[in-house]
Amino acid sequence: MAGLDIAFWTLAVIGVASALTVVLLRNVFRAALSLVLCFLAVAGIYVSLSADFLAAVQVLIYVGAISVLIILAIMLTRDVQRGSLSNKFRIPAFFVAILFLGAVGFAVCNTPWQIAGIAPQEPTTSALAGKLFGEGGFVLPLEITPVLLLAAILGAIILVREK
Amino acid sequence: MVGFNPDHGLFSYGLGALPPDWPGNYWLHWGLFVIIIIVFVLAMVMAFIYFERRGLGRLQVRLGPNRVGPFGILQPVADAIKILLKEDIVPAKGDKLVHWWAPVVAFAPALMIFAVIPFENGALLADLNIGILYIVAVSSVSVVGVFMAAWSCNNKFSLIGAMRTVAQIVSYEIPLGFSIIGVALIAGSLSMNEIVTSQNIPFILLQPLGFLIYFISACAEMNRTPFDLMEAESEIVDGYHIEYSGMKFAMFYLAEYVEALAISAIITTLFLSGWKGPLLPPFLWFLIKVVLIFFAIVWVRGTIPRIRVDQLMAFAWKCLLPLALINLFITGIEVIVLPQPLPWLIVFLNLAIMAILVLLWSKFFKLGGGRVEV
Repeated sequence: MAGLDIAFWTLAVIGVASALTVVLLRNVFRAALSLVLCFLAVAGIYVSLSADFLAAVQVLIYVGAISVLIILAIMLTRDVQRGSLSNKFRIPAFFVAILFLGAVGFAVCNTPWQIAGIAPQEPTTSALAGKLFGEGGFVLPLEITPVLLLAAILGAIILVREK
Repeated sequence: MVGFNPDHGLFSYGLGALPPDWPGNYWLHWGLFVIIIIVFVLAMVMAFIYFERRGLGRLQVRLGPNRVGPFGILQPVADAIKILLKEDIVPAKGDKLVHWWAPVVAFAPALMIFAVIPFENGALLADLNIGILYIVAVSSVSVVGVFMAAWSCNNKFSLIGAMRTVAQIVSYEIPLGFSIIGVALIAGSLSMNEIVTSQNIPFILLQPLGFLIYFISACAEMNRTPFDLMEAESEIVDGYHIEYSGMKFAMFYLAEYVEALAISAIITTLFLSGWKGPLLPPFLWFLIKVVLIFFAIVWVRGTIPRIRVDQLMAFAWKCLLPLALINLFITGIEVIVLPQPLPWLIVFLNLAIMAILVLLWSKFFKLGGGRVEV
């Protein structure tokens, strides 16, 4: 158990520190890179929770695809080194952020967190496959979500397309 | 080791896998396999560099390096020493921290792939039950390293290289994934060791089209010559590692060959039944197959010229993706409908399907001649 505790605290500190770095750094490119580190730390926490499939998917989707797209978008922007982050919404944004933090903190403190009594399932892949494709599974929601995403992507393309 | 015991004879691999903590202790197993992997990778990369330069020389009707040592065999060593002694140059207006970390981020994932490659039955660092998914996930991280290198150099050519990389890798990852799913469907597992043990006949016979698609997409993923647009020497003078020298450049160079070795090992495991084979010890079979696949990669590099950007994208989306989808569909039907113990029927059926589909696509889908559409 001690090993798991060490792993959790290391990953948690790395995750929170890199998340703070994302917000505080002026250099947007470095901020994106620390976001990658944050995603990796979250994947590590999934591994320590015996959710190996979820960890691999987290790395594949977030590190391999989403961060790459974020970095690509950053490469197309100007003033990356100095950053032009401040604008006139600074003070309203501060209040909204404080409000959000308060709401999340309240929710976390007041939720009765339950600890499962049974050991985690090994291997996870077949259990997940059963949930997805088995009797009474989630195939239909799974198939509807991509259609929704595809519609959103098409809408975005139509909105930004030049005539 | 299992395979070297003469009493076990022909079926040595069938008698039992090595236990997951093979020499008897968790940490001992861990340390031993880390050492084995690093020694294996470095030795094979040195051999591959020599093999590729000499082989490419033969293919291009020239000699290749032949001065250092007998047959030029010490050329990689000489290159390594030379590159270590070179000055380390960092661009004045570059991002120095990112410049330092980029080679590490590019190199580490390539090495991490070997954690799940079985060298023999059960002889692997960690037999994850998500083995092949782990490989896909880890190898997708190395793009970030390429990006970091390209950005930190503050150089427009390296940035163009990085832009091309994204388009290429995002496109070719899709057929790559679909061809892997075909193998996983037949094997009924994602664990690399179980994929090998379930191959009574090599999956290249059951999945000929999947093998072709995987081979092509993997060549594109690791930027080998028909698809090396991101480093295209004649257009953007070496792309993302243009500003690198000395040890850091060596890291990128090494990462490229480690990736080639990893792809050869993955193809061996997925399609050529890994360490399985008669008479010879399993590790030797594994090695022979890896070298064969690497030879095929070098052969392709020596034969086919680099393609244009628009051709590259068209090939991925209009040719490889539909073929991969059809292949997955047919494989799914075969797994459900056809009974297990008649593989030879499926072998001939799949070979015929592959021939028909490839012919069909080459007929009604052509790369746009000399015309450039932007």
